[in-house]
Amino acid sequence: MSRGMVFLLIQGIALVAIGVHGVLGLGGVNGADACIGFGGLSLLIVLAALGRREHQAAGNSLWTDAWRRLRKNRMAVACGLVSYAVFLFSFAGPTVARAVAGLDGLTLDVDLGAAPPSLEHWMGTDPLGRDMMVRIMEGGQWAIWAGLTATAVALVIGVAWGAVAGYMGGKTDEVMMRIVDVLYAFPTVVFVIVIMAVFETVSLVVLFALIGAISWLNMARIVRGQVLSLRHREFVEAAHSIGATTPRILARHIVPNTLGPVIVYSTLALPSVMLTEAFLSFLGLGVQAPRASWGTLVTEGASQIAVNPWTLIFPGLIMGITIFALNFLGDGLRDALDPQMRKD
Amino acid sequence: MIRLILGRLATGLIVIFCVATFSFCAQKVAPGGPFDEERPLDPQIMRAFERAYQLDRPWYEQYGQMMRDLVPFCERCDGWQPFLGISFKQHKPVTEIIAHHFPVSVKLGLMALGFAVLFGVGFGVLAAARQNSLGDHASMSFALIGISIPSFVLGPLLIFIFSVQLAWLPPARAEGFASYILPAMTLGLIYMGVIARLSRSGMLETVRQDYIRTARAKGLSERVVVWKHALRLGLMPVVTYLGPAIAGLITGSFVVEKIFQIPGLGFYFVESVVLRDWPLLTGLLIVYSIFLVVLNLLVDISYGLLDPRIRSKR
Repeated sequence: MSRGMVFLLIQGIALVAIGVHGVLGLGGVNGADACIGFGGLSLLIVLAALGRREHQAAGNSLWTDAWRRLRKNRMAVACGLVSYAVFLFSFAGPTVARAVAGLDGLTLDVDLGAAPPSLEHWMGTDPLGRDMMVRIMEGGQWAIWAGLTATAVALVIGVAWGAVAGYMGGKTDEVMMRIVDVLYAFPTVVFVIVIMAVFETVSLVVLFALIGAISWLNMARIVRGQVLSLRHREFVEAAHSIGATTPRILARHIVPNTLGPVIVYSTLALPSVMLTEAFLSFLGLGVQAPRASWGTLVTEGASQIAVNPWTLIFPGLIMGITIFALNFLGDGLRDALDPQMRKD
Repeated sequence: MIRLILGRLATGLIVIFCVATFSFCAQKVAPGGPFDEERPLDPQIMRAFERAYQLDRPWYEQYGQMMRDLVPFCERCDGWQPFLGISFKQHKPVTEIIAHHFPVSVKLGLMALGFAVLFGVGFGVLAAARQNSLGDHASMSFALIGISIPSFVLGPLLIFIFSVQLAWLPPARAEGFASYILPAMTLGLIYMGVIARLSRSGMLETVRQDYIRTARAKGLSERVVVWKHALRLGLMPVVTYLGPAIAGLITGSFVVEKIFQIPGLGFYFVESVVLRDWPLLTGLLIVYSIFLVVLNLLVDISYGLLDPRIRSKR
């Protein structure tokens, strides 16, 4: 296992840990907690980058190659930085805004009402006089929690399902992939809508997990395809011949080798999951007032676009930029990790 | 091939069974009933309602009745058409409501598809013809922006620009061709982006093939090479994407239908969920599922027809 991979794993674990932490504290995502979270994450990323650099001289593993290719793709690097900036904006932003300008997303100022962007309120205020920027930051926190939780759920189910089906082969494979086929024929988002609308008390954690639980099908198919091509390779046979058990072979030899496509598809799943969350909120089924999510902010903005256009434009813009950056980053990662899939 | 079709039809039956069961369970577990009002109804009226919709019978009888009604040519069926119940809110047979509003969704979906294919292929082929030029980067950025703008941001923006400011197009209601333009654009933009990217990469791969070099070598003009020879193979990925695209366009239009107040299936789907109109909801879920099953099957068959190399083993 290369050092690059160790760092990658640490980052993954940190991300999941932050996700879990956030989900448990979803009652009110605390600014200070979030600061610690993102501080730790950025530290890890810096460490990982340093580790990579040190490592680069040593050898030419898949990961160092990929990292080099990714860094040459300026647009992908820029989009990575933008995604990171949105992360900082959402999690550190509210704390900074409170400390520096005394703004928070909940204080009403009905006398002020809806004011266009000004020096005091950079993105204007909504009709109740709440600062739009802080509300967009808080909406960003929900979007990111939703994205991380749902992607993590999809990742775990999809990888496990695909790896087992691909490795066992035969009847097991047949049955497991048939189940995926059946689920594929379900209009899944429609089901989430039904569940959310019907059980009004469902918590947001359940909502995010539900979104994840409908997003694993593609992941399972991709992983299965990878595993099918891996399972007859020499190193698997070698592991088998020294008496390694099936779970061990899966966990140590097969799954780590599927990480490349898995990372790519997780990155690409993030924006689509964020969109799902936002449009459930748009339909009034996701995050509820007084909490702000990008979906609810856009809904509010859409209803008053003729009078206060900034209440739609800013949340829409930030959301569009985030999704654009993540999509582009995912493309860049695919080019870097899998040069054969490169689309020129 | 026949095995594939039979297998998929069997899957479809399982799906319909599961969907109906899911909907029935949700109905029995969910809090709040279809006849809840601000003021509680008189118990006697409530009982009359329940009797009229057969909600006073034990749950297993209701479930059995629902399943029997789904089989074609059943006693309450209209010929082969299954009996999907009477809507709690509109007091009309569900099949009638669906038959009335399905064409609206299909029309919207097909217009969006036309928009997406026309502009997507156009941008993609132009980008591929001048790879790495400014035009290439511009159209690919546009495609990616299209993928990244959620429909519920784009819809209100388009209404604001084209209906409120410029007053060119009607903002809502499905009356006439013009009123479908904005919704179709809103719905189709994401698919346009995907198609543009698919056709660009497909074309780039194709122009490297030997037969293209041959075409160029025998002195054909660049336009004929690109539009006649390369396009056929280069658009294969787009053709295979059409199935999922149509499915997404027709079953995923509820946001757009809500924004533009279009009386299609998506609009009534959201309504039926909010109003607890269970027969209509179940019917819509079943229609959506059948639609997806059939479309997936068509896609698989077309794979086999278009490219003999990937004939499905199943």
